[in-house]
Amino acid sequence: MLLELDQIRVGYATTEVVRGVSLTLAEGEIGALLGPSGCGKTTLLRAIAGFEPLRSGVVRLAGRDLSREQWQLPPEQRGVGMVFQDFALFPHLNVSDNIGFGLRHWSRSDRRERVLRLLALVGLSAYGEAWPHQLSGGQQQRIALARALAPRPQLLLLDEPFSGLDVELREGLAREVREILRQEGIGALMVTHDQLEAFAMADRIGVVEQGSLRQWATGYDLYHYPADRFVADFIGQGVFLPGRVSGAGEVMTELGLLLGRMPTGCRVGCAVEVLLRPDDLIDIGVDDTERSDAVEVRVLERLFRGAEFLYTVALPSGTRLLCLTHSHHNYPPGSTIWVRPDAGQVAIFPVSVTD
Amino acid sequence: MRTDLWRSSVVVIALLLALPVVTVLSFLLQPSGEVWRHLVATVLADYITNSLLLMIGVGCGTLLLGVTTAWLTSRYRFPGARLFSWALLLPLAMPAYIIAYTYTGMLDFSGPLQSALRDQFGWSYGDYWFPEIRSIGGAVTMLSLVLYPYVYLLVRAAFLEQSLGAIEVSRSLGAGPWRTFLQVALPLARPAVITGLSLALMETLADFGTVQYFGVDTFTTGIFRTWFGLGDSAAAAQLSALLLLFLFSLILLERWSRRQARYHQSGQRWRTPPRQPLSRGRGIVALILCLLPLLFGFLLPAGQLLIWAWRSASHSVDLQFVTLTLNSLALAAAAALLTLLLALLLAYGRRLRGGWAVHSSLQIAGLGYAVPGTVIAVGVMLPFAWIDNTLDGWLRSQFGISSGLLLSGTLVALLFAYAVRFLAVSLNAVEGGLGRIRPTMDDAARSLGLRPLQVLRQIHFPLLRGTALTALLLVFVDVLKELPATLILRPFNFNTLAVRAYELAADERLADAAPAALMIVVAGIGPVILLSRAIARERCPESPSLLTNRRSDHAA
Repeated sequence: MLLELDQIRVGYATTEVVRGVSLTLAEGEIGALLGPSGCGKTTLLRAIAGFEPLRSGVVRLAGRDLSREQWQLPPEQRGVGMVFQDFALFPHLNVSDNIGFGLRHWSRSDRRERVLRLLALVGLSAYGEAWPHQLSGGQQQRIALARALAPRPQLLLLDEPFSGLDVELREGLAREVREILRQEGIGALMVTHDQLEAFAMADRIGVVEQGSLRQWATGYDLYHYPADRFVADFIGQGVFLPGRVSGAGEVMTELGLLLGRMPTGCRVGCAVEVLLRPDDLIDIGVDDTERSDAVEVRVLERLFRGAEFLYTVALPSGTRLLCLTHSHHNYPPGSTIWVRPDAGQVAIFPVSVTD
Repeated sequence: MRTDLWRSSVVVIALLLALPVVTVLSFLLQPSGEVWRHLVATVLADYITNSLLLMIGVGCGTLLLGVTTAWLTSRYRFPGARLFSWALLLPLAMPAYIIAYTYTGMLDFSGPLQSALRDQFGWSYGDYWFPEIRSIGGAVTMLSLVLYPYVYLLVRAAFLEQSLGAIEVSRSLGAGPWRTFLQVALPLARPAVITGLSLALMETLADFGTVQYFGVDTFTTGIFRTWFGLGDSAAAAQLSALLLLFLFSLILLERWSRRQARYHQSGQRWRTPPRQPLSRGRGIVALILCLLPLLFGFLLPAGQLLIWAWRSASHSVDLQFVTLTLNSLALAAAAALLTLLLALLLAYGRRLRGGWAVHSSLQIAGLGYAVPGTVIAVGVMLPFAWIDNTLDGWLRSQFGISSGLLLSGTLVALLFAYAVRFLAVSLNAVEGGLGRIRPTMDDAARSLGLRPLQVLRQIHFPLLRGTALTALLLVFVDVLKELPATLILRPFNFNTLAVRAYELAADERLADAAPAALMIVVAGIGPVILLSRAIARERCPESPSLLTNRRSDHAA
């Protein structure tokens, strides 16, 4: 394992910001921590970098302890690079000197070579002599990345690396950064509040809420098999459809029989709710209405999103569902259409007052 | 542990620096002595009346000069407009007491102007009327001529910040340029007007040299006379406390106007209105309107000083003058370094471990800049003399030896007074510079392998160098110009340029005073250049900050 967090707790005077988080990241893997602002994800990252002391738990990098209770390795001795949200380029140094900043103990020629290689890697070879303030946001971001990568850290931490950039720039840059990390073979952990960014970058994603890690899984699993209602709500869109357990892994709903993994403690006859994503419902127009699983719904709202429509539809009982269709399937609100569920394995949650 | 040490040293420094003001204010609660009753019965009414008259007069004068020139240079294109936009700041380099005695030399009976008039028209004494410069009107004129740049600088920035939209809407609704100015532009600039005005008025109340020279009785001269003439330190402190109340009300006014300003300024970056060209005739009028304050506030008096200095150089620039200059420079440099060190200590204290205790300590420590030098001198003398006497008495009774004067009457007292008065200047520059070093830069440097001290050396030192130099320069020049505190607190037989210029002028040896005065004026041009560079960059929100922050951010 490259990075291991074992039950780490971080806190200030009276408040605990990170409450017992454990996760592992393998060599060369990219992880992302996702969560609403103020959930403690940045504090978690800073604790790994060595800027925040632990209350308890262990941070381990490639088998070596970085932080324990009452003890921590200074940030400069960790071999952990960090890219900051505001890039934090040193304004009194030009681009080359910024990138070479962490290479003080290298020979002059090695340093020069490494800086040139990184400049080429981030596609800014012509900017070695430029000053940080002369660069655009995206360029500054790349220099910050190059600077953090230069000393070949074992792990790279990225704190909201794209949040300061234009939306158009973000996606391309995220892909580029992922490619660069792959080339350098460096494992990374990033913090973001943008799930699409996390999906685009990360092999494993953790959802953090109020200092706890709710789930640590691939993007696919987070979307389709959320561990709890918070993750289900936070990742993607969807509605909870009431139903009743009718057999092992079977739930009877207004849409018919749906299959899924049964939560513990649910028996036949239990009232449950099923998470239904907008893409779990397929619009079959009027051609295929003879199918046994076809359901007639009424269009309440229509939202055009370019490549697709997102419809809010209502079942005869009044229950509302979301339905994603091709951009050609244009139905005015008020019209009636036929849909059928195509959910594979759905996520099933027990109904309780507290959860 | 270490941060606790930081925090407590910050608090201790702040309390020390607050000592003079607290001392003076505590005399408000003291039972009034005989001298105080005598003062109330005789001169106090005069002090208050004269101070109020000065404030009203200087207020009108600086508004008239400052707003007119600000409007012209920010809105119109005319010959020399660009030059004026920074040259109009030059009078800031001219201390009021120096311009006062320069004009006295030029305008009094034996001066060049009256002599020329008499020669021209064959008049002799008593044949004609000529305004008396040594009067309250004269003081108002002198102070207005050198203080209007406060109003000019702030109001100009405000005019530049005003959106073109507001002006164009006003014009499109049928208001002419005059109505637009009076009903839209000026009201929008009101917070800046009030801030500039209150800064100018604080300086007016703090002025000692001008009113003393002109024989106008105000608080500052009254304090001086009560202490040295009547020998009553308690009554002097009570007068000081009363003066402080005047000043605090000005600070409150200024704070209030700043809060208003926050509502007025929009976060959006609006298009600044392009300067409109003026017709030939109007352009010349604008040129003259801008030239007048510059001419009378700087060019004429500086020219006169130059002539005097040239004439008297042969006998007044001697070994004594060199000593004097070296004294002044060394003292100013020491004070600048001391305040810079204190400012660094306080600012880093806040950065490393904030908290309300540290925050309010910084506010208290910055209080001194609003306090006149005379008052600080009184506030320094009282506790220092007490400490000296107590220590001396104790040593005598215990060991039979005398410690003499350790604090009062030494350079320690003087340096301490400068630190109290000018810390806010340093602190502002340093905090501004430190604010630009974001905490993430520290973190980035650490994660790239630097130990904390290396971060300080490789990141903070190069990034703070510029602001530290600015802070040094500003305090250096302020100390060179400072008159009343130096006059009161300097060690026996220790003279500075300012004190020497003042003393020679008081002895009517105006030409002999010129070399010292000229050196002070030349030094004063340094900060003006800093300000004008900011103006030249035309980043309007930044240009006034250098000046206003100096005085007020830490003032209350």
